[in-house]
Amino acid sequence: MSKLTFSIGGIHPADSKLARDCKIEVLPLPPKVYVSMFQHLGAQAKPVVAVGDKVKAGQIIAEPGGFISAYVHSPVSGTVKAIGPRKDLAGFNVVHIEIDVEGDEWAEGIDLSPELVSAIPEDREFILDRIKMGGVVGLGGATFPTHVKLNPPPGKSADCLILNGTECEPYLTSDFRILLERTDEIVVGAAIMQKVLGGCKCVIGIEENKPEAITAVRASIKKLGFSNMNVAVLKKRYPQGGEKQLIDAVMHRQVKSGGLPIDVGAVVQNVGTSLAVYEAVQKNKPLVTNVMTFTGNIVPAERQRNYLFRIGMPLSFIAEQAGGVPEGTVKLVSGGPMMGKAIANFDAATVKGTSAILCLGEETRRHQETPCISCCRCADACPMGLEPFLLKKLYAVGDTAALEQNAVQDCIECGCCQYSCPAYVPLLDNIRMAKAQVMGIIRARNAKK
Amino acid sequence: MTETIIWTISVLTALGLLLSLVLFWVARKFRVEEDPRIDEIEKTLPGANCGGCGFAGCRAFADAAVKAGNLDANYCPVGGGEVMKKVAAILGCEVQEAAPRVAVVRCNGSCANRPKINEYGGARSCKVKAALYGGDTGCLFGCLGCGDCVAACQFGALSMDAETGLPVVDESKCTACGKCVAACPKRIIELRDKGPRGMRMYVSCTNKDKGPVARKACSAACIGCGICAKTCRHDAITVTDNVAYIDFSKCKLCRECEAVCPTGAIHGVNFPKPLDKEAVKQRIADRKKKEEENV
Repeated sequence: MSKLTFSIGGIHPADSKLARDCKIEVLPLPPKVYVSMFQHLGAQAKPVVAVGDKVKAGQIIAEPGGFISAYVHSPVSGTVKAIGPRKDLAGFNVVHIEIDVEGDEWAEGIDLSPELVSAIPEDREFILDRIKMGGVVGLGGATFPTHVKLNPPPGKSADCLILNGTECEPYLTSDFRILLERTDEIVVGAAIMQKVLGGCKCVIGIEENKPEAITAVRASIKKLGFSNMNVAVLKKRYPQGGEKQLIDAVMHRQVKSGGLPIDVGAVVQNVGTSLAVYEAVQKNKPLVTNVMTFTGNIVPAERQRNYLFRIGMPLSFIAEQAGGVPEGTVKLVSGGPMMGKAIANFDAATVKGTSAILCLGEETRRHQETPCISCCRCADACPMGLEPFLLKKLYAVGDTAALEQNAVQDCIECGCCQYSCPAYVPLLDNIRMAKAQVMGIIRARNAKK
Repeated sequence: MTETIIWTISVLTALGLLLSLVLFWVARKFRVEEDPRIDEIEKTLPGANCGGCGFAGCRAFADAAVKAGNLDANYCPVGGGEVMKKVAAILGCEVQEAAPRVAVVRCNGSCANRPKINEYGGARSCKVKAALYGGDTGCLFGCLGCGDCVAACQFGALSMDAETGLPVVDESKCTACGKCVAACPKRIIELRDKGPRGMRMYVSCTNKDKGPVARKACSAACIGCGICAKTCRHDAITVTDNVAYIDFSKCKLCRECEAVCPTGAIHGVNFPKPLDKEAVKQRIADRKKKEEENV
């Protein structure tokens, strides 16, 4: 089979998968965890425990605050110490539940044994309920509640489930590691989601720079005997893991402006989400752990790590376990170098979607901005076919009508424009603002209707 | 040859006359009656088209004023009382004279008071920075220092102080149009009454965090302790969300709040003499003693 990829734009950054050969290690428990109420897209979760309550690991401590929201579970056993605002990694105040860790006792009914349960439950509602009660959210970055995504609105149905194992962001290796070490569980998780979506086919998209994962997944599918599932080998290209790009690459279908993947019959889920679905459905284990990478261009090879962490662990604690932040670090990023967020508060707690701590050196500092030379490299790189230079200029003059006409709301904030700009113009910074402004106008208009 | 010239001239003259008649008729037929006072008022106005009055420009203001027939909802902050009196004379109505105002930057977070905890490398825009994260200091509410207000000011009244990293208002140039107020994503800038001879008091902080958090972020933050509110004899100070606010319509400029503020978050400006904190504190203590004796 020829290697697939999306049709327009994209860039080819060095993949720098420095931690690819490091096995996943389980982190010890910290003395305290801080569980954020804002770990998913949509409404904040509402705490259902009070200060002084004893909680067990896996127990529900917050319920959804709206339709698009998710349950939050205690990652550890211990006593609730405080509920109140705490600074998140960007430095904004978010309600956190602070828990003093005492021992490691799990709530009843959670199966912690490593045995694979490959028999898939028959009842669709049962599966969806387990996913919802397990607080499973998309772990590809957007943290969209999974039970909402797996339940298409009436009149729409999925004919292909795409499992996103591309991990196109440089440095990140957590998805690669789970594809190698938890292959069977991921494949069963995918089969469960197939079942929920009504038995559509499933394609697991993996980029060509992870040949071991491709072999392992193929072998696992064969071993478990799932017939309606195969692996698509994709070219190495960023942002291949973008939902719309992946649909284009695998199914050769394009989602139109303002549309959702389900409009073209596709549902995209991350491999991490598939693992979380497996654990929630087959083992009744809610989403309280995830895999992250501790890496960076100045982290020595022997200190690169892949960790299984409990949600709510402070980032600084994890870095300490990895031997501290190396000297010469000028940038700390949570997530990948392209779409990750700079860490402004290193004491912030990890959330469900945390995928990496990157320690980047002097050479990653931003350059001084110079005037645009109209070379249009940004327009060539944009995977959504937008004209970033134009959008930035329109934002500067405040022409929201023209911004909407030029589809600023379709921007996926992948950062290809800024990466490719030879004049170091902060294109994405401005486009993100323009997008927020236009999205606000569109929402207000729809609300009026 | 001569004949051609004569023909040309006569045809063009006839054509000219005919078209002038058409134009004359069109001008009569489609004439728009416009109140001459609109033009007159527009000429009186400063002509900055800054939008400080809430209208798109000076002509829109004049149009609205003439249509309303009074000046109840219209006030030109740039022109101030003098211009408004002239406008009122044209309209033949009264004008409520508003006290002159000035933009006040309510942040004490200079580089010395508020240590930086990280370095910002993104686009030089407060709006972008505010959307990205909490800022490069521990304070979530203070000045971001990228100068959106300076860019918004059409009168050159704002500039960034290189030493403190905070914007400075040139009172002689500020027209209180309010552009900077709208440009600041942290809503630090407020239009306050200029006060007699420019003397005024204000709380130079908007930090809503609890005292210890605010203090940790900035040594000159308002910690919401409420001593100023207790000291004030004119009920001018209220503390809401851990931050004090002085109502300038009630403030009598006694400067007692400034003397008792433990962090120096309250500022008094343009006073002829510097504040003698000890003397004012003594005065408050004496008064309290007297009150207790009376009780």
